Amino acid sequence: MTSTATPVDNGVDVQFLLTARETLEGQPEAANFKWRASNTWVQGTHSRTRVDGFFGLGAEQSHKSEFSYDGDHPELFSSEDNGPTPVEMVLVSLAGCLTAGVAAVAQNREIQLRSVTATLEGDMDIRGILGVDTEVRNGFSQIRVSYQIDADASPDEIKALVAQSQKRSAVYDIITNPTNVKVEVA
Amino acid sequence: MRTVTTVIVGAGQSGLAMSRCLTELSIDHVLLERGQVANSWRTERWDSLRLLTPNWQNRLPGYKYTGHDPDGFMTMPEVVDYINGYAEVISAPVEARTEVVSVRRSDDGFVVVTDKGEWSARSVVLASGPYSLPDTPPFAAALPEKVASITPDEYRNPDQLEYGSVLVVGAAATGVQLADEIHRSGRPVTLAVGNHVRLPRVYRGLDIMWWLDTAGILEERYDEVDDIIRARNLASFQLVGSPERTTIDLNALQRIGVRTVGRLMNVTDEGVAQFSGSLPNACALADLKLNRLLDTLDEWAASSGFNSESEPPRRPAPTSVAESPPLSLSLRSGDVKTVIWASGYRPSYPWLHVPALDAKGRVRHDGGVATVPGLYLIGAPFLRRRKSSLIDGAGDDARDLSAHLHRYLDELVSV
Repeated sequence: MTSTATPVDNGVDVQFLLTARETLEGQPEAANFKWRASNTWVQGTHSRTRVDGFFGLGAEQSHKSEFSYDGDHPELFSSEDNGPTPVEMVLVSLAGCLTAGVAAVAQNREIQLRSVTATLEGDMDIRGILGVDTEVRNGFSQIRVSYQIDADASPDEIKALVAQSQKRSAVYDIITNPTNVKVEVA
Repeated sequence: MRTVTTVIVGAGQSGLAMSRCLTELSIDHVLLERGQVANSWRTERWDSLRLLTPNWQNRLPGYKYTGHDPDGFMTMPEVVDYINGYAEVISAPVEARTEVVSVRRSDDGFVVVTDKGEWSARSVVLASGPYSLPDTPPFAAALPEKVASITPDEYRNPDQLEYGSVLVVGAAATGVQLADEIHRSGRPVTLAVGNHVRLPRVYRGLDIMWWLDTAGILEERYDEVDDIIRARNLASFQLVGSPERTTIDLNALQRIGVRTVGRLMNVTDEGVAQFSGSLPNACALADLKLNRLLDTLDEWAASSGFNSESEPPRRPAPTSVAESPPLSLSLRSGDVKTVIWASGYRPSYPWLHVPALDAKGRVRHDGGVATVPGLYLIGAPFLRRRKSSLIDGAGDDARDLSAHLHRYLDELVSV
């Protein structure tokens, strides 16, 4: 870093992340987080999910305020469309995670971002969820993400930001790799 | 109990280079070797394997290749002869067929127990190699019984495998080489690919190792890289040493019909192999990394005046990835007969009874100087330099570490 150049600032506290990485190397138990959500049926296909507390650094934590998300299906499915469909929320999660990663990696590599936008599209054959054809998968057969990034960097450096973001992304990992899911009735 | 100043565990290139350096410093020592000199090269490699480094590059302290084919690649019997020749030239004090049973601390250093008696030593050098145990994932246990499960140290040639499809797990040097020869033998290969390091065998008319060596890339030091943990965990280069100087990358393998899929993440209790959907990104990362390296080499060439002597830059094509690579493969269908775990190796020190290992069983060290005084490690990936895991890397590391060991002994005397 030279003192004459304007310091790169994408608003990401990279020093905090690097310190956290060093600290947690010696304290693996503090690195165990539990992320939570609670959901209540409203009516029809409409339900509301709340996000408030989580566990991490060995203690219960909470967000600054509670967040609430409505989920529903569109009128096309004879629903009331009180919110995005849950599968759209998956795209929301993926975009949020990858873009946060792009900003963090850019900060760490001292690349100034001017604008970052992404469009996402997932392919789904709804014969799966309707049970028309058991050979058809319920979920996405493919997800495509397209980034448009304006930054002080070469095209390959920008591609490397996006690639590194995928490599470190939790949601990308959750979507691309199998996860054991246990659902019970209490 | 016999007494010696330094015990070196292992008589491969690293142990021998250390021996030569200790001899120059007049430090008496012994090399304890469970088999014979260059044991792993003799017993744990497949038939077609050749070194990834050209002959001229296999330099050791006081020893180098003097044959008529400096640009060739040694077969395994040739490597064994070469390293054996080194042991003879430097008169290395090797105790062959001597298995180390335990190393523990004593009042004045270490006690090394072997199946042929005990040694008392003031210092110990671990040179038993980083490739002790094939690193198979826990879910390997879920493979159906009818599917053969093979690790690279057991693999010799395709004839050993039943006819049918083969799943090769891992796309570092071992994985791509085995995928290539097994597929060519008529056994269709699916290759599970995680993060990998792609390299052309020849760039601008010259061997890639010439570039990496001459441009100083291999000299890069462990205390100069951004993230040494990441550097030490990198997969080995996708390379093969062959008289034809073939490039073996995913494009070349896909051209002959090898099917590439994402990293193997799990084998379910129903015997279904599940692959990651991250193959496009793994390939994008490798392509970007390759082009950054070639940019560095081009810049070096331009600034060093090599441009006139070498061909103009021509970049390898981006890795092609299928539109929708399969995400799962049934191992119960009878189609897949063999799974080969080319997913890496890890070191193993069940006999090391000193508090020198981290939670993952790796020696804690700073450039080969272990946290336990008097204990040293040599021959591990990026130990002190990017070339540390190459034969050519043993010399400089041995020079540095023997000098450190010498100072350590001096301080012991002066205290």
